[in-house]
Amino acid sequence: MSSSTVRSSSDLRPGRPARPAPPPAARDGRPSRPPRRRRKAPERPVRGLVSPQTLSTTHGRIIYWIILVTVVVGFTAIFVFPLYWMVTGAMKSSDELAQIPPSFFPTSIDWGVYKEAWDQLDLGLFLRNTIVYAAGAWLFTLVIDVTAAYALSKLRPVLGKVVLGGMLATLMIPPTVILLPAYLTVKDLPILGWNLLNTPWAIWLPAAANGFFIFLLKRFFDSIPRELLEAAEIDGAGPVRILWSIVLPVSRPIIGVVSILSVMSVWKDFVWPLLVLPDGDKMSISVGISSLSAQMPQNVLMAALVIASIPAIVVFFVFQRSIMAGLTAGSLKG
Amino acid sequence: MTTMSVRGSRRRTPGAVRRRVRRNLTAYGFLCGALICFAFFSWYPMVREFLLSFQKTNFVGPPEWIGLDNFRTVTEDSAFIPAWTNTAVFTGLALIVGYAVPFVAAIVLNELRHAKAYLRFVVYLPVMLPPAVAVLLFKWFYDPGPGLFNQILDLVHLPGLSWLDSTSTALISLVLVSTWMNLGTGTLIYLAALQSIPGELYEAAELDGAGLFRRVWHVTIPQTKLILLVMLLLQIVATMQVFIEPYLLTGGGPENATVTVAYLMYQYAFSFGNFGGGGALGLMLMIVLMVFSAVYLRVSRDNQI
Repeated sequence: MSSSTVRSSSDLRPGRPARPAPPPAARDGRPSRPPRRRRKAPERPVRGLVSPQTLSTTHGRIIYWIILVTVVVGFTAIFVFPLYWMVTGAMKSSDELAQIPPSFFPTSIDWGVYKEAWDQLDLGLFLRNTIVYAAGAWLFTLVIDVTAAYALSKLRPVLGKVVLGGMLATLMIPPTVILLPAYLTVKDLPILGWNLLNTPWAIWLPAAANGFFIFLLKRFFDSIPRELLEAAEIDGAGPVRILWSIVLPVSRPIIGVVSILSVMSVWKDFVWPLLVLPDGDKMSISVGISSLSAQMPQNVLMAALVIASIPAIVVFFVFQRSIMAGLTAGSLKG
Repeated sequence: MTTMSVRGSRRRTPGAVRRRVRRNLTAYGFLCGALICFAFFSWYPMVREFLLSFQKTNFVGPPEWIGLDNFRTVTEDSAFIPAWTNTAVFTGLALIVGYAVPFVAAIVLNELRHAKAYLRFVVYLPVMLPPAVAVLLFKWFYDPGPGLFNQILDLVHLPGLSWLDSTSTALISLVLVSTWMNLGTGTLIYLAALQSIPGELYEAAELDGAGLFRRVWHVTIPQTKLILLVMLLLQIVATMQVFIEPYLLTGGGPENATVTVAYLMYQYAFSFGNFGGGGALGLMLMIVLMVFSAVYLRVSRDNQI
């Protein structure tokens, strides 16, 4: 759990703050690197498994192109074709869907089925619910985890290590295992006696109790140079102000990663919303569609699935970089 | 810690003490939200999991201690043994495909000089879909009549399978969906690891006359050994919790062929109303998974990943 963890997630370094020019973050005693530049510039051909010489021979080039084409075609068939089948399947009539062999293109392009799915499954409601759950979870996660990580990293209170240890220990508990007790807790909150079932709080608050986010944020805050904060302290800034105007601005990369991860995990989650939001008008989109899937004609169901996938795919298009950065950060957690 | 010792050696003025108290108060003020959330939704449920499995919970009166009765009930269940064997077989099959394939895919992707962004995007696309969407989509593909898979088999003149409806293919069908939607994660993580291998190593190996496969064996694998091990453990822990696939595709059938431990736990609690039995199953699963988690923790600590 040392800070040398970051090795490959080089994107996750403090950005440059707008305020006084600080010394660039030096970590692990390594000499500090020059200010961040897009890595595109020195695109020198890095040698991989196969040497450039082999690749430049005619023989090598032919094999390379054969492999390239095979891989592109294969990946498209495996990962894109099912999605194509889903989109076009929605547009086929029930008769056409039952037809053997199936038609590769739908006979008529009929977008009406999407409207039908939207109305019949009440997708507008499910989408709105899911947006509320994801947005709230995101907000709670950021407010609660950023302040906690900042306190643990920079204010270092008495017993801070114990608290951090307790939070990281939860990473070792697989979520499925505490599913039932967590459900019972949400159903009847100890001491307070509140029942959070069918309320958004059942999603928002447990989402904020995320040891991994605390770990990511704390590790990042640890790498912000002390002098920067001390300078602000001498200028009379209190902890809240330091957090708001110094720590947050330099932490934009990690906050982006945590944001994406938290929204995505709520969006994709199935079991937890299935248990804690059982009411028909409170369901998230995944749970809503699957609970109604048995009664739907196949093409309407496919249209509903397409609609449910669109937000995720759009998010992926827009935030691809952060998502990939989050992936490598996640894999290297210690 | 260093600041503490420096501060301790200094003479403490009343101002310094007051500052320290204030700093601690602020810190705990900042921490209180997290402490409340963790206490209610992580720490307490962990304790409750232990209590649950030794209690009878009926929601009317207070829970009653019944010792090992819950464990007796679940172990005598005819679905208990299938649940564990299915979970083990599912994990094993998911490893065979889901562990080796991403690594090979990453090695190939790392060598390609074209279409890199496209391939990387495409391989991660299924991971972005909500799992329920992917699973329901595959449910349609598995349809024995007009489903996509039997149509493809038909196209190459092979007899169709009954996929989810037959005890012999149901479990492997679940593995297929699960692998399809998770393949991208491993591939991209390995790809990141491969990119950090210095090219000189390959060059040196090549000068020594090592062929392609020997280079993979003697350079690529040793260089990525650690990440391979970590991913192995993480994948085992993740796949052993399989729930959504049996829940949406088969309901544990046919004849318990796809019932898994997590699914049986869910059934105990929400179909039979026996939270104690579910808790007992959860505790057993926790113990098994903790073994892998502990190994993972050791590996990552020893190697300072």
